[in-house]
Amino acid sequence: MSMLHIVNKSPYERNSLAAAVGHMTDGDTLLLIEDGVYAAIKGGAAAGNLEGKTVSVLGADLAARGIGVDKLVDGVSVVDYGGFVDLVEATDKSQSWL
Amino acid sequence: MSDIKKFMYVNRRAPYGTIYAWESLEVVLIGAAFEQDVSLAFIDDGVYQLTKGQDTSGIDMKNFSPTYSALGDYEVNKIYVEKESLEERGLTLDDLQHLVWEDEDDDWAEKDSIRLVSRAEMADVLAEQDILFNF
Repeated sequence: MSMLHIVNKSPYERNSLAAAVGHMTDGDTLLLIEDGVYAAIKGGAAAGNLEGKTVSVLGADLAARGIGVDKLVDGVSVVDYGGFVDLVEATDKSQSWL
Repeated sequence: MSDIKKFMYVNRRAPYGTIYAWESLEVVLIGAAFEQDVSLAFIDDGVYQLTKGQDTSGIDMKNFSPTYSALGDYEVNKIYVEKESLEERGLTLDDLQHLVWEDEDDDWAEKDSIRLVSRAEMADVLAEQDILFNF
């Protein structure tokens, strides 16, 4: 069983990212949307949470916040809304860590 | 003139996840009409409000970030950004908009509005204010 873990809160304001990462198992994917995308900035204190995880970030939310793809942690993939749907479809369940 | 107070708007939230950032900006612009000694502080996630290159076309929300560059025209030119907050988030001053104002007492010379301060310096700046507005 694979799960898509969705995080939409800033890791510097809430513990949603830590909660999500703490509950991930092999084969799971982490999707960062809205203020959750701040977690993917290279050099940020929260970036260590993404280590060893399969991580996608919603491109429209990055662009809205002025975060260039060059600012992201290596290995993170940027997806559009269609890619979001593909991730939901490719995993058995979705869990939103609100 | 003795009734001029030091007003500080303290911003600690990211720009689009909640309405706080935009509301703060609205209140700053309204307050600017009252000719007080206004300054802004950007602490914690508030520093995200000032990132350059914001493009909200993909999320169906208004991009209010260009408004920050208009603050100088309202004599709002003391914008304190906390260094530690930027660093913790993997950002530097280069990731932020270059905000300026024109000094009429210095032949309209263009000057930087952003003052990068340490957390300890920010504490001192907060301490010297008369009124704090929190967003």
